[in-house]
Amino acid sequence: MDHLRSEKMSFIQLIMPVESAHRAISYLGELGMLQFKDLNDDKSPFQRTFVNQVKRCGEMSRKLRFFSDQISKAGVTSSACPAFQPGISLEELEVQLAEHEAELLEMNTNSEELRRAYNELLEFKLVLLKAGRLLGSSRNHEIPAERELDENVYSKEKDQESLSLLDQETLSEMSNKAGLRFISGIICKSKALIFERMLFRTTRGNMFFNQAPAEEHVMDPVSGEMVEKIVFVVFFSGEQAKTKILKICEAFGANCYPVPEDTNKQRQMTHEVSSRLSELEATLDAGIRHRNNALASIGSQLWKWTIMVRKEKAVYDTLNMLSFDVTKKCLIGEGWCPIFAKPQIKDALQHATIDSNSQVGIIFHVMDAIESPPTYYRTNRFSHAFQEIIDAYGFVSETVEKIILYMHFCSGQYI
Amino acid sequence: MYGFEALTFNIHGGYLEAIVRGHRSGLLTVADYNNLCQCETLDDIKMHLSATEYGPYLQNEPSPLHTTIIVEKCTLKLVDEYKHMLCQATEPLSTFLEYITYGHMIDNVVLIVTGTLHERDVQELLEKCHPLGMFDSIATLAVAQNMRELYRLVLVDTPLAPYFSECITSEDLDDMNIEIMRNTLYKAYLEDFYKFCQKLGGATAEIMSDLLAFEADRRAVNITINSIGTELTRDDRRKLYSNFGLLYPYGHEELAVCEDIDQVRAVMEKYPPYQSIFAKMSYGESQMLDKAFYEEEVKRLCLAFEQQFHYAVFFAYMRLREQEIRNLMWISECVAQNQKSRIHDSVVYMF
Repeated sequence: MDHLRSEKMSFIQLIMPVESAHRAISYLGELGMLQFKDLNDDKSPFQRTFVNQVKRCGEMSRKLRFFSDQISKAGVTSSACPAFQPGISLEELEVQLAEHEAELLEMNTNSEELRRAYNELLEFKLVLLKAGRLLGSSRNHEIPAERELDENVYSKEKDQESLSLLDQETLSEMSNKAGLRFISGIICKSKALIFERMLFRTTRGNMFFNQAPAEEHVMDPVSGEMVEKIVFVVFFSGEQAKTKILKICEAFGANCYPVPEDTNKQRQMTHEVSSRLSELEATLDAGIRHRNNALASIGSQLWKWTIMVRKEKAVYDTLNMLSFDVTKKCLIGEGWCPIFAKPQIKDALQHATIDSNSQVGIIFHVMDAIESPPTYYRTNRFSHAFQEIIDAYGFVSETVEKIILYMHFCSGQYI
Repeated sequence: MYGFEALTFNIHGGYLEAIVRGHRSGLLTVADYNNLCQCETLDDIKMHLSATEYGPYLQNEPSPLHTTIIVEKCTLKLVDEYKHMLCQATEPLSTFLEYITYGHMIDNVVLIVTGTLHERDVQELLEKCHPLGMFDSIATLAVAQNMRELYRLVLVDTPLAPYFSECITSEDLDDMNIEIMRNTLYKAYLEDFYKFCQKLGGATAEIMSDLLAFEADRRAVNITINSIGTELTRDDRRKLYSNFGLLYPYGHEELAVCEDIDQVRAVMEKYPPYQSIFAKMSYGESQMLDKAFYEEEVKRLCLAFEQQFHYAVFFAYMRLREQEIRNLMWISECVAQNQKSRIHDSVVYMF
């Protein structure tokens, strides 16, 4: 019985003129019944005839991957292909893709700059909010008995004095002298612990570090993710300590923002910063909306374009497998096809010749082959699944009976 | 017991050994290198590499390529593979894998300290560091002004801390001292690694001893040659040599007093394995020495794969990958600068 064995294959040779070659291969590809043999095995990838086209297809598929990446990052959902659009050729597609990519890159750079400015202002606002509170709490303790800040007190010094560095009374004195100063800033939560430790070591313990988590999450411009940040205030004295602390802040990527000590000024600044922030936010939103529109319009056609580029690349890869006869200006290809598909193949080649207005038809003839043919099973949508399961275990050569398929088919009823 | 690893190795190390052997089969072969050497532009190189295991890493790079991008992506692949292996490993394999990266850590530390000395920007230096040797507080190395601070502030938290005991001085950091620091750290690292491998025992100890001994000897020769004509005294030089290896102790005595390359050659020719290396070079020539050493190293690393059930395959794989990345960098540079004739000067073929 026929369906117990794989199909009978025959080895054929195609000789096609150059004009109709591309079309012929794409029609044969749609048919899916021919397996080409690679006649240019010994050549390296860039010695083959159609290497430039393959490179162009590779470049286009890279652009398409970039678009789909951007679309998924921006979270834009696009409708399926809206109206019927006429098919476009590969060259036009290339031009369009290049335009879109340039546009998108430009929009990204602009929005990145805006985003950076926005982040700075946002961080400044957060620092103002929290630092105000931190500064206030550090200064309001006139009574030595209050030990609210004990857990943040570092009482070790190099010479092992047991003097608690932050006797509350000395603090309120010191803050009035020029000696004690502070730096306020904001840093990623993940680095806060190491940062604190580093500050402690560099200043030999002569500093006080106070921190509070920031209210909102800030978006990191590089990775595009929301990061948790911590607002910190470092109290210290001396010029050398200041340079060291600033260097460490720079090394850890902590941004320092000057906070005025006076609460009125703080409130004023917060007000200013908030207004500037809302302006920037409006601009940023407009930019994002514009970009999302562009992405949506790309997204609706992305699938169609991807398929087109994939097909073209496959066609050119196949064309690379054919041997190019320069004198007769034709391409010679060899391959295997099942016998029942021969009329369909002949039809496809006929269509290709007509469509490409070529004078010469494509020659198709059967040859004898020494090697054994590849295995091909004719399956429909139902038996395809079972065939896939069997193929997972290995391909059998042509002449082996595939009773396995039958058995699997029967046992499938119990699954 | 040595000889019975086959009974128990696969319980903990079987999966990772299989993975690393799979990676090793993906290393570029002579045929690949031949194709790469025939490329005309960097785009051709990218096309070739996309057919190898580097494909997924290079495929998203836009067209005007730079050699630095190629090298960066290839290193990224190595780092990904290493991290995958590290997170799957148990003791003692995980410690062994971490030991492999300490050399890179030392290089990164020296890079940042030297860069700070020459007043370069910290972020720029961080980008040039090798990703395998990064640790958390590496950026703060820029703050330190002498070695004691360097240790106290940053390095005390890292695995490099025990190597520092020999080289803490209060001297300021300048180029010469930094080089001495680098070599002292590396010496301590090699000795520590050697001891660790000896403790592991079995095939690992045997093969790693051979590889590390070669490394120690190579460094001794390089230190000698590089310090000819500098202010480094003989005693200082002797302190930088490791205390194991084929050249220890008599070779070191002789190397310490060498004043030019021919004397070095005379010393090395007494040791058969190194005689063949030095025989390839004519008198007075030292450029080919690096390549000769690399070739010898690659030969020994490939031999490490011949035996099963030991950890040296991981070390060998990492080193071979690094050599391959060096090859790719050289080829890309030659192609980019149109000097294809010199391509074969420095490419070390592996299989």
